[in-house]
Amino acid sequence: MKGYWRNIKTTVSTLKTGLKVTAKHMKDARSQRTVIVPSADNYFEKQNAIFTTQYPKEKLPVPDHGRYKLHNEIDDCIVCDKCAKICPVDCIEIVPLRAVEDIGKTSDGTPKRIDAEKFNIDMAKCCFCGLCTTVCPTECLTMTDEYDFSAFDFAEHNVPFANMTPLEILEKRKELEEYNQQKEAAKAVSREEVVPKEKPAIPSKPKVGGAKPVFKPKVPGAKPNVVMKPQIPVKKEGEEPKEEAAPKPRPVFKPRIQPKKESSSSGEEKAEGPKKPARPVMKPKIKPKDTDSNKE
Amino acid sequence: MYAFLFFLNFLLIYTVFAVYAERKISAFIQDRYGPMETGYYGLLQTVADLLKLIQKEDIVPFKADKKLFKPAPLIIFVAVFAGFAVLPLTSGFSGSSAQIGIFYLLAIVSLDVVGILMAGWGSNSKYALWGAMRSVAQIISYEIPLGLMVVCVVMISQTLNLQEITFQQGVWWSQVNPDAENYLFGIKALGIETTNVGGILTWNILRSPIMLVVFVIFFIASLAESNRAPFDIPEAESELVAGFHVEYSGFRWAMIMLSEYGMMLLVSFLAVILFLGGWNTFLPNIGAVKLADWTSGQPGSVAGHLWGAFWMISKALFLVAVQMWVRWTYPRLRLDQLMNLSWKYLTPASILLVLLSAVWRLLMI
Repeated sequence: MKGYWRNIKTTVSTLKTGLKVTAKHMKDARSQRTVIVPSADNYFEKQNAIFTTQYPKEKLPVPDHGRYKLHNEIDDCIVCDKCAKICPVDCIEIVPLRAVEDIGKTSDGTPKRIDAEKFNIDMAKCCFCGLCTTVCPTECLTMTDEYDFSAFDFAEHNVPFANMTPLEILEKRKELEEYNQQKEAAKAVSREEVVPKEKPAIPSKPKVGGAKPVFKPKVPGAKPNVVMKPQIPVKKEGEEPKEEAAPKPRPVFKPRIQPKKESSSSGEEKAEGPKKPARPVMKPKIKPKDTDSNKE
Repeated sequence: MYAFLFFLNFLLIYTVFAVYAERKISAFIQDRYGPMETGYYGLLQTVADLLKLIQKEDIVPFKADKKLFKPAPLIIFVAVFAGFAVLPLTSGFSGSSAQIGIFYLLAIVSLDVVGILMAGWGSNSKYALWGAMRSVAQIISYEIPLGLMVVCVVMISQTLNLQEITFQQGVWWSQVNPDAENYLFGIKALGIETTNVGGILTWNILRSPIMLVVFVIFFIASLAESNRAPFDIPEAESELVAGFHVEYSGFRWAMIMLSEYGMMLLVSFLAVILFLGGWNTFLPNIGAVKLADWTSGQPGSVAGHLWGAFWMISKALFLVAVQMWVRWTYPRLRLDQLMNLSWKYLTPASILLVLLSAVWRLLMI
């Protein structure tokens, strides 16, 4: 019987408290909460007032470089391909076009020697890890404060940053071809004269990119000439230790690549070798990584 | 006739804005905005919803018992709407001033259960049937405290006529009944006559102060009657999807929702008439300051109609708002808790209060 009366008492008092709480919320709903940063002392003080924002009309402030949409300032881009390499989801697609001479400087003074024929970032694939922005040597690739970029078509998420017109691309390609032909002719002449002159020709390439010799072989190899490719494998196998930049990463990568090549695409390599050796090289790299990680 | 036209239109317009109010109140309680886009401050949101609703297909499940399924919403609505017939809106305006008004009202509103059971049974769906079963169990259980609370009022007022009950709670009682006499707190021995003071002092809740408790129990029971939270287990979205009306769509569904909001309004009107002075003002006459006379016109005059309708409707809408406030504050009761509350707490308290009202009535004469 005691419990009976106690029940009534607690019921009445708790019901009253409940109504008070909601009444207070209703009363405070006349105003909206102001933005308080989590580090502020009074972060937990104001609990009532309206908390939602009317989104498209009102927006909460976000960091200027939060993990949102990527932006590439193409004028500052030296097309080093580092971002595409580091990207864990391969959402950056770059087609470089080697220029025959310096094509200007970035805003921080780095000389530009490669044009970007294509520089697409697929925001639909992007995982917003921000690794690409960290590796970018010229800091042209940044994350912006734009987070609302939904679209009706997936294709719209594939944002192109390259600003070359098709005509420009054609012209530049032509230039490069002519340049390469000239070089070849020069080499042919030099080969006839002196055999050891081949080696000086190779150091000239490292000059172009400085730190980038790593990617160049693969990149130009994609399209231009047969001449380039044979030289690359030679480099990898024999000259790695001699080169200054990133001698360690290569040994790490290659062992992984080679087993795959042997098992799956060794035949293809031989057949396609002259045409597109660079691409087959790329894919094996990715796969072995995955399988390795899975095993681990 | 006029009462019918008035209440039907009023019910429709009220429902549109009650749904809007419900969404806004729930939003404010939960620190949200609620509807904001359609019309100024989202005012036309429900209108847009209704336009959508009447365009929807009327789906009748293939295995449903069509003879029960189809007319069920109509029966629910008719049962609720018929209750409005005896409500006195003002001193001179009511559908029917039947002598057994309150008795008729309780009886006709109980028919609601039949419609709900038809809907649940006819849907041939386990959720609908569960909802209907719960609804019936709940409404029948809570009709006992509700009925007993009405009995308390009837004992104090000595009449079943709703118009007469209302007259007793204001300054105009002496005009219709020469024997009229009201005393403060209904205790004649105190010798303070309030017949011509009116206002809140002559409302039933102060005419005999035990009516305050009676009112609270009546309010709780009326929430259960109209299947509102915290007694909304017949609908229990989280367990029964929508309960007895889960299979309904389009206009039939709209009818059921209309009945629910109609029921809310009906029990609010009833609570206002029985406890809160009906169409009487809450301001008392204080000596020469005739606040009560100033804020209520002579019965039968235009001013009387306008003031009466104003007080009646605003009080009822306030109670509806309180119902919404309660709904968005309390969690839903489990079925056993619901029965527990009704049979172990409300019903014994009601019986006791009936006895106390009888004693109080003796003090009044």
